[in-house]
Amino acid sequence: MTTIDNRPEAVSSALAEAADDAGRAIQGVASWATTADHKRIGRAFMVASLVMGAAALLVGALLGIERLNPDDTVLQADSIGQLFSLHRVGMLYLVAMPLLLGLGLAVAPLQIGSRSLSFSRTAALGFWAWLMGSILVIVAFIGNGGPGGGDADMVDLFLMGLALALIGIVAASVSLVTTILTSRAPGMKLDRTPALAWSALVGGLANVLVLPVVIGVLILLSVDHQYGRLVFDGNAGILNWMSWAISQPASFIAVIPALGAAADVVITASGRRHPLRGGVLVGIGVFATAMLGAVTQVSHDLPWSGSSTGDKIADVLPFALFNLLPILGAVIVLGMVAMALKAGKPPLSAGLVFSLTGLVVIVGGVVAHALAPIVDLQLAGTTYDEGVFTAVTSGGLLVGLGAIAHWGPKLWGRRIGDKQLLPLALLGFIGADLGALALAIAGFQGQPAMAGGGFDYDFSPQLLNGVAMAGSSLVALVVVLFGLLALRSFTSGEAVGDDPWDGQTLEWATSSPPPANNFSDLHTVSSAEPLLDLKPARSDA
Amino acid sequence: MIALPPAPAPAPRRQLLIGTSAVGAALTMLFGGMLAVWWRFRENSPLRAGDGEKLIKDWKPKGVKIPMIPVNVLLFTLILACLMAQYAVYAAKRADRTNVTLGLGLTILLGLAGLNAQAYIWGQTKVGIRDGRFETMFYALTGSFFVLLIVGLVFTVVTAFRHFGGRTADHEVVTSHALFWYILTVIYIAVWFVVYVTK
Repeated sequence: MTTIDNRPEAVSSALAEAADDAGRAIQGVASWATTADHKRIGRAFMVASLVMGAAALLVGALLGIERLNPDDTVLQADSIGQLFSLHRVGMLYLVAMPLLLGLGLAVAPLQIGSRSLSFSRTAALGFWAWLMGSILVIVAFIGNGGPGGGDADMVDLFLMGLALALIGIVAASVSLVTTILTSRAPGMKLDRTPALAWSALVGGLANVLVLPVVIGVLILLSVDHQYGRLVFDGNAGILNWMSWAISQPASFIAVIPALGAAADVVITASGRRHPLRGGVLVGIGVFATAMLGAVTQVSHDLPWSGSSTGDKIADVLPFALFNLLPILGAVIVLGMVAMALKAGKPPLSAGLVFSLTGLVVIVGGVVAHALAPIVDLQLAGTTYDEGVFTAVTSGGLLVGLGAIAHWGPKLWGRRIGDKQLLPLALLGFIGADLGALALAIAGFQGQPAMAGGGFDYDFSPQLLNGVAMAGSSLVALVVVLFGLLALRSFTSGEAVGDDPWDGQTLEWATSSPPPANNFSDLHTVSSAEPLLDLKPARSDA
Repeated sequence: MIALPPAPAPAPRRQLLIGTSAVGAALTMLFGGMLAVWWRFRENSPLRAGDGEKLIKDWKPKGVKIPMIPVNVLLFTLILACLMAQYAVYAAKRADRTNVTLGLGLTILLGLAGLNAQAYIWGQTKVGIRDGRFETMFYALTGSFFVLLIVGLVFTVVTAFRHFGGRTADHEVVTSHALFWYILTVIYIAVWFVVYVTK
């Protein structure tokens, strides 16, 4: 018999190496779990929301298949309503809102020259609360516990999980808002804050003001559902009481930071000082204020024909205030972005295309939303509202992907290849447009929205529903492929310098990735584009 | 890395005060939303004959008696707690450690009295959470406020620890603590009016 034996010193060295690897892995996980670094917290929000984004979009595609095929149903009748609400809740509170909040948490403190996040432990707690709450929501849905679900315990779990997730978002928003208000670099007045930081501030404040109302409703629903079910008609009434929180105009609150992110990407790419940069901040402010006002209102219908002039004026005023004013804000931002594009003629990059197309889709959604209350168009109760929701959330998602492509090199020191990303950006734009437009056109044709926990198959335009399903699937595919490319770039992408885009704002003044405390020195700024102050020849060209 | 001019020492930031204000805004919206739902149910209730000939909303069941004395005692307890929290701010600004101790200690005592008063109200109302719509909503609202009171007490204990731990020059935490108790009291005044007075 031949015995092959390792020398004792070789065995012990291999064991020590394995122990070291395991130790490093545990240390890595522990450092992420207990981190108070805003860049890590922001990245954790973004990664988790992208994973959930792919899942939520697939649910949307599944619902599209179901709607497409009335004779041979894919889903059980009682699960359609639940999946519909999972898609809505998911796209809004598990995807669009946390993705853009995570972007703000990761980038805004760098943009304002802050060394850390205020109450960073609260923000970290917010992330874990949101993640745990989101997982509970998904588990509840799997266990037949969505709104209208059959398992009472799981319905309780859904209500508590969603409340926990929203508490997490509010906690992180409080942290972000406080940072932007109190930790700006010397000389950086509020009107000098970069567009992303400004929109993160406005969006964070909107979260702080709107989400607690949803949480309050969830507390009441949860207590009632656990004890007696006398107030809100049991689980059947849950969707009635929280439907406002998962439709327009509440959905627009989630994408406020997207306006600033898109504007920032384009202005940076233009390489020039924007002559009307303040206009971007005004546009974001007008949009957010009008949307916050609209959330407090019932829908103001506009009967176009058959009323006297006096009645018409009385109808037009609130309609204009809550439906047309947001358009003004969004169009101002779009106009400023167009101005930057025209003046700078920036080279095509994936971040730019994703952000720009996402912004166009969001603005399209805002304009479409304004048509919904016009009574003569007869859009109430149709799939038109679903089309608007798709535009808003998909647009927010596209801008989020563009922002990751743009700020990714700063966050992890490597860039994602433009060659692979540019086709994805175009696919994403096509998918978002197809998904939103097909549902909106079907709404114009009179296809009823989901009601009573199921679809109405009496009027079901097959072609449009097929196109909508294809659009939703396309966006899901884009998210998955983007995630894979980002993962590859994170490990083996092309390393970049500190300022790969020839930036204007403070985040490009530190190393890529930045050190734990962001900046080795505190900087004094004297304009909205502090880095351009150091490059006079370029800025005035 | 690009070298921008170094900055002078940063100015005082008031992070805790701004953060407390943001939390206060969130809490105000939370209770505002819950009270709005309560109000909507009350407004949509049918009318019934009251004690006299007057017609009243049939929202609070006839047999349910809300004890107004502990309800009002809780109101005055919270107003006093605000005064004590403000007294701690006054003393902290004068580096008067003894009176900060007194102010924070009395705030804790009054907070505990507030919890006791709320528990007493529940005991005296003698209704079950499953008894009806009013009762379920009543416990959901007052229970949420009870949790908020506990949060206020925890804030007071943390403030006391920080102050006695040697951070006596840091007045901001004492000021933010007082602000939180003001917010808490304003919320209770709204609950007091909507839930206990108009019922």
